[in-house]
Amino acid sequence: MDHTCAILMEGLTKEFTAGGTKVVALERINLSVIEGEFLCIVGPSGCGKTTLLRILAGLESQTFGRVFIKAKNPEKPLTSMVFQGDSIFPWMTVEENVAYGLRIKGVSLKQRRAIARDYLQKLGLVRFAKAYPHQLSGGMKQRINVARAFVSDPEILLMDEPFGSLDEQNRLILQQELLKIWEGSKKTSLFITHSIDEALLLGDRVIVMTAQPGKVKDIVDVNIPRPRDILTLRETSGFTALYKRIWQLLQEEVLKAKATELVNSPVSSSKRHRKNTQEGKT
Amino acid sequence: MSMEILSFLSPSLILVLWEVFARIGVVDTRLFSSPTRIFCTLVPMIYSGELLYHTLISANRIILGFLAGAVPGVILGLSMGLFPPIRVCLMPIVSATFPIPKLAIMPLILIVFGLGETSKIFTIAIGVFYLVLINTMAGVMNIDDIYMDVAKNFDATRYQFYTTVALPGAMPMIFAGFKLGMGTALLLIVAAELSAAKAGVGWMVWRAYDMFDIEKMFVALITLAILGYVFSYILDFLERIFIPWKNGRR
Repeated sequence: MDHTCAILMEGLTKEFTAGGTKVVALERINLSVIEGEFLCIVGPSGCGKTTLLRILAGLESQTFGRVFIKAKNPEKPLTSMVFQGDSIFPWMTVEENVAYGLRIKGVSLKQRRAIARDYLQKLGLVRFAKAYPHQLSGGMKQRINVARAFVSDPEILLMDEPFGSLDEQNRLILQQELLKIWEGSKKTSLFITHSIDEALLLGDRVIVMTAQPGKVKDIVDVNIPRPRDILTLRETSGFTALYKRIWQLLQEEVLKAKATELVNSPVSSSKRHRKNTQEGKT
Repeated sequence: MSMEILSFLSPSLILVLWEVFARIGVVDTRLFSSPTRIFCTLVPMIYSGELLYHTLISANRIILGFLAGAVPGVILGLSMGLFPPIRVCLMPIVSATFPIPKLAIMPLILIVFGLGETSKIFTIAIGVFYLVLINTMAGVMNIDDIYMDVAKNFDATRYQFYTTVALPGAMPMIFAGFKLGMGTALLLIVAAELSAAKAGVGWMVWRAYDMFDIEKMFVALITLAILGYVFSYILDFLERIFIPWKNGRR
């Protein structure tokens, strides 16, 4: 493992049984994530993207293969995950939600409050610090979701389609914010998305995954200079070519996924995760 | 405003009708007394301190019994909700013993704990315990897995799991259990004070029955109603403090 490598996956395979049949979610994934890079993952639905992130987050374990995550600072949490959908605690205020990772680490109340305030300031959410999530809009909730992961200051940031449920305007605003925060921290990040635009806006590299069983189909380097901006991104030379290339790779897999779906209609990935976590709930 | 008057008027009307019918002899006052007669019994009992004495004794038993049932109910309910092995071990025992009417166990409780305070407190505790336990467990099991995942991803310890996810997440259901338990506690206090008690509001009811003192019996019934109201008010108040995130959502 060389010194610039933050994550190394070797022959990572995940199998499980659903309804009596063996399903291979991930098959021999070999992948290294460079320190400080923003890696986007695209792939057809049910290709195991979320499973991959969950393994890295320590929420599930692989069937075969190995994962190394480099821990530079043992004080820091290894990973922090931004979950798909609503995952901020309804029973905590905005401030408490943002500071949750710090609370788990045992940071004093005063200190974690100060850090959370600082972060909320950046996001323009200070006046909502004492509000409860049910009082907030979907966009604000997702911001807090992202903020919670950043505030805990992990070695690796894992984001599972954090903006997937948002409307177009909110998504654009949050993408721009994320870009700003990330470019300020340069934290090693893995980001799942369905949007090629989003992948090209945020990513240094884009991993295209195959339909189930999930494998790495290709890796596309996004050589668009930073700092990037949503407004000028599409006019950047090379954008269209990259977009086309990723879409061509993805299209084949999406069609393949559709074809197999018609044949044996596999269990949807979200259902599977629910089931898995329930079984493993301890 | 007119609605408030209406809600005040309807019970008042019943009292007035009761009084009128009692006076003209439609209602048998030997059996049902009358509002003024009950009032005339009530006032001296308040002044002499007799009513307060019995009320405090019953309230004390209810509170102690409630705590003795609710605290282990919450702890065990959380554990059973969070840890499948514990649930699998204990659930059959809970399912088998829960349907037994608590009144049917009372003689056994009297034999085991004697005629003193313990048996009364225990009777109430056991009634509260099951309701709180089952509600707490259901509350934990209903917490969305995603919150468990967040805590796990942040490497929360078992203790942190309890305090930051399981307990607050199950809190609305726990309070629903408390409220059900309080209803049962009021039911059981009367039964518990039936046997081997020398004081208490429930005892007053039975004593009035023995003495055929209908007015005193009504005084005791009114006191029980007020006790029930006060306890549910206290629980509502605590709920607002412990579940601040629910405010304004109802």
